[in-house]
Amino acid sequence: MTGNELLAVSIADLQSLLRRREVSPREVIDALRQRIESIDPDVGAYLSLNFDAAVKEAEHANVDLPLGGVPIAIKDIINVMDQPCTCAAKILNGYRAPYDATVIQKLRAAGAIPFGKTNLDEFAMGSSTENSAVKSTRNPWDLSRVPGGSSGGSAAAVAADEAFGALGSDTGGSIRQPAALCGVVGLKPTYGRVSRFGLVAFASSLDQIGPVTKTVQDAALIMNAIAGHDPQDSTSLIEPVPDYVASFGNDLRGVRLGVPREYMIEGIDPQVRGAIDAAVKQLNSLGAEIVEVSLPSTDYAVAVYYIIATAEASANLARFDGVRYGYRAENPKDVLDLYGRTRAEGFGPEVKRRIILGTYVLSSGYYDAYYLQAQKVRELIRRDFASVFEKVDALISPTSPVAAFKLGERVADPLQMYLADIFTIAANPAGICGISIPCGFAELDGHRLPIGLQLLGKPLDEARILQIAHAYEHSTDWHKARPPIGSNLPKTWK
Amino acid sequence: MGGNSDLDVAYVARLARINLSEDEAKIFQKQLDDVLKYVEKLRQVDVTGVDEAAHGLSVFNAFRADAPRDWFTAKEALSNAPRQANGLFVVPKVVE
Repeated sequence: MTGNELLAVSIADLQSLLRRREVSPREVIDALRQRIESIDPDVGAYLSLNFDAAVKEAEHANVDLPLGGVPIAIKDIINVMDQPCTCAAKILNGYRAPYDATVIQKLRAAGAIPFGKTNLDEFAMGSSTENSAVKSTRNPWDLSRVPGGSSGGSAAAVAADEAFGALGSDTGGSIRQPAALCGVVGLKPTYGRVSRFGLVAFASSLDQIGPVTKTVQDAALIMNAIAGHDPQDSTSLIEPVPDYVASFGNDLRGVRLGVPREYMIEGIDPQVRGAIDAAVKQLNSLGAEIVEVSLPSTDYAVAVYYIIATAEASANLARFDGVRYGYRAENPKDVLDLYGRTRAEGFGPEVKRRIILGTYVLSSGYYDAYYLQAQKVRELIRRDFASVFEKVDALISPTSPVAAFKLGERVADPLQMYLADIFTIAANPAGICGISIPCGFAELDGHRLPIGLQLLGKPLDEARILQIAHAYEHSTDWHKARPPIGSNLPKTWK
Repeated sequence: MGGNSDLDVAYVARLARINLSEDEAKIFQKQLDDVLKYVEKLRQVDVTGVDEAAHGLSVFNAFRADAPRDWFTAKEALSNAPRQANGLFVVPKVVE
């Protein structure tokens, strides 16, 4: 097995290799480092790497633990002790995390090795990773295109075999959409299923941490490690955590899947539509019953989201004021000058826009018209889902209406970028879970670009959508395709 | 000055403690006017009798034991401070 072949395996297969002592955790880290050093200058998935610590952990790894010796990449908005946590923002340049987030403590307890921090849109605000104040990440399937966002670094790293799995965060699609655009699996758990303690807060009523992986089983394995109640996150749910792998099977008889009428919009790329239609037929052939359903409030989801998310962001990002951590403007003449210039110099344009919009919708005289109204429409969106989930087990849709777009193509028009989030965005205000899995390719300019299928599930029904996703994946080969990048690297490992 | 909505970007930026340049304010005004025009559609929705949802899934009465435990030392809490002295964060004088 060459280094490239080793790095292409799933977490489940890596565990078998480790447990049979066919490869050591140290050798895995070394192969990973070599590949990252060769191809990440092109992909740009990582903001920081800490291989010295990873090698030490690998040498003491217990491969019999659930994720023993498995290196996991972490979106750079989750605190990993003694590593930078920049949120891809200038205002957190130089910050080093003084503690581990709960998900990191749990990954470590399961034997995993967090070795590097991945790129994102600044403070997770964006859908292309182009809002990173540090650098662009490129889609491994076509380096002239975006990886999606905001967890674009995590998705690109997994797609390019620069990570076996990664953590991302999803506030309106930030795990699912980049997973779709990079051809990997991305799960947004139910609101409260995974602790956010140690996740830098963007929109506290919407944010969730979840896995980005090569296979559905790997997503389930990471969920087994990170899900559950945490006294340090008062929104985390006190519900037992099932074994997410246990219900896997290949038969979908008795499963009812809903296709939302309102999601069949104009503006879905014909190649995306074709792939989704084929996936629906495939699910049907596995035994699932397909029914059309209605989510009448769909047209309001993007508007609700951009009011609530910006309102919460304006409050959460008030803490970045140059006093306690991160960037501080030089020679402030007084404390207001310190705040105003630190924030002007430290935040990028998208973050400033959102803080301003959020401050406005919460301000006296506009609160009722915007924020309160949005919270009420949010309740209608939640009821839409609750009502269809009485009839079906899960919903099917594209994850994104289009495949990966060109770098720079959409940055000038924030509203158009927001509208492309239409299929993923409602899950967050409603608190439900969702997963994106590979379901085909579009052909554009001579490149194959991945297409993602989204399954949305009831609150706390991750096991069900993982089961359906696994059965679909098992019956197709989409997840086995690897992007062309780095395939000609020298075979130096073993 | 505002644009096509009630939003005055320069004024709200001051409330949010962000010193915008005039150019930035002008660009944001146009972009956020577009966004506000788009979200106008929410006003058409009949929400009579609907209570607002603060969360998709609400958790009530999240209690934990009121017990002391180890947390950051002062040194750890100051480990990222841009300026510090005598175990304190240093900022410009607030009160003359």
